[in-house]
Amino acid sequence: MSDIGRVVIVGAGQAGGEAAIRLRQLGFKGDITLIGEEPLPPYQRPPLSKKYLSGDMPLDRLLLKPVEAYAEENITLLTGKKVVWIDRAQKKARLEGGRELAYDALVLATGSKVRELPVAGADLPGVHVLRTAGDVDGLRPVFQAGKRLVVVGAGYIGLEVAAVARTLGLEVTVLEAAARPLARVTSPEVSGFFLDQHVAKGVRFELSAQAAVIKGEDRVRAVGLKDGREVPCDLVLAGIGILPDVALAEAAGLTVQDGIVVDAQMRTSDPAIFAIGDCVRRPLAQYGREGRLESVHNAIEGGKIVAAMIAGQPMPALEAPWFWSDQYDLKLQIAGLSAGYDQLVLRGDMAKRAFAAFYLKEGKLLAVDAVNSPAEFLGGKRMIERGASVAPAALSDMSKPFKEIMNAALA
Amino acid sequence: MPKITYIESNGKEHVIEVASGMTVMEGAVKHNVPGIDADCGGACACATCHVYVDPAWAEKTGESSGMEQSMLDFANDLQPTSRLSCQIKVTDALDGLVVRLPASQH
Repeated sequence: MSDIGRVVIVGAGQAGGEAAIRLRQLGFKGDITLIGEEPLPPYQRPPLSKKYLSGDMPLDRLLLKPVEAYAEENITLLTGKKVVWIDRAQKKARLEGGRELAYDALVLATGSKVRELPVAGADLPGVHVLRTAGDVDGLRPVFQAGKRLVVVGAGYIGLEVAAVARTLGLEVTVLEAAARPLARVTSPEVSGFFLDQHVAKGVRFELSAQAAVIKGEDRVRAVGLKDGREVPCDLVLAGIGILPDVALAEAAGLTVQDGIVVDAQMRTSDPAIFAIGDCVRRPLAQYGREGRLESVHNAIEGGKIVAAMIAGQPMPALEAPWFWSDQYDLKLQIAGLSAGYDQLVLRGDMAKRAFAAFYLKEGKLLAVDAVNSPAEFLGGKRMIERGASVAPAALSDMSKPFKEIMNAALA
Repeated sequence: MPKITYIESNGKEHVIEVASGMTVMEGAVKHNVPGIDADCGGACACATCHVYVDPAWAEKTGESSGMEQSMLDFANDLQPTSRLSCQIKVTDALDGLVVRLPASQH
């Protein structure tokens, strides 16, 4: 595809930033314009609910690269700018205000939007969401010891915020509509472990409970539950998930189905338009189906693939999906997707706070949740990438280091 | 500011000034030195910032932690002075540090 001279990347998050930098690393000499709605150059989102919220990581370390690095690589970075229309026939992207940018290849890296709480009072002062650095900058000044925080949603964001809040001395209640935390992403066993850890740190949980209304006059005063009870509070953090930002793609007539649909090369239904990151529904190589991934791995891998395709380079090797979450002194590392597992094998001891839960289907390893167990994470990831089957008894054999077990399974 | 020399696997050298308090990984990534991926951004979660510390500097950069050691065990082409560069904090004492980058992080 040496005829590509102008690349326009819509969205300057981790995926868009990676695509731009990777294009230069692959020797692409054409024009690159990277456009983001936020005022900042590309930055890391994972620390937002961890060390950036706790104040342990300043903004300059949050940035993936200092702003000068883009100019040094001859990448035109437009921050605080919104693309409002794509003219596929003319191959132009139009910015708010009317400026048009012609492209030979367009990359949609529009990311996702937070799901707002669908209840009355959700717009009261004191009700926060956490998606951008700006969101955290607005939350941190009021995130103080003694404040009563209600976290709505016990997913990764909710639990990470709860952990930071307890560490800083806030009172925390977590509301969750499901019967257990992390219900969407892990097994009852691992959910139970994280529930116990948070309870031991003083977090109160209301499970199988839903917010019906946010009460308050000038600012939030309590969360009213569906069963009529009230949880008094000073702050609410809504962490009930994200939705892919597909508005531009939809308006342009691209195929969208819970995410912008792309092929293995990250190409949309228009061959001149690629899409990467949170906003896409892509083939999941190890699982023989399509899906949406909300992760750093997916952002980086999409950036690498799209850069290779545009620069006319070979397809990079694909990784198994991977994720991590830091809560208190627990490092949870996840490889693979456990959906559809028929067997769970535990290795290690939950009481010692270092263990791994392996998920198998018909003997084949689908996923691993590793808590303070990096060898099981990295070894498990490699096994998933190679489509390994493994005997449950081998996985739980603590008399052998995990690398040995991996090598035997891959032999 | 401490100067760090990063040497790519093809021999290309990058001499970078890195502020004290940053990590050796950040110095490379923020200045577009290819060869350190650091996918997780320094959370010790991915093992893609593997470097070889020049043996003359191995003592000053210190020992790897248990978690780091476990992750390095899965790195390609492990050597005695292998480290995860996100776990080496830059101080004035590391002015002049030399690290070499492996051919691949994956």
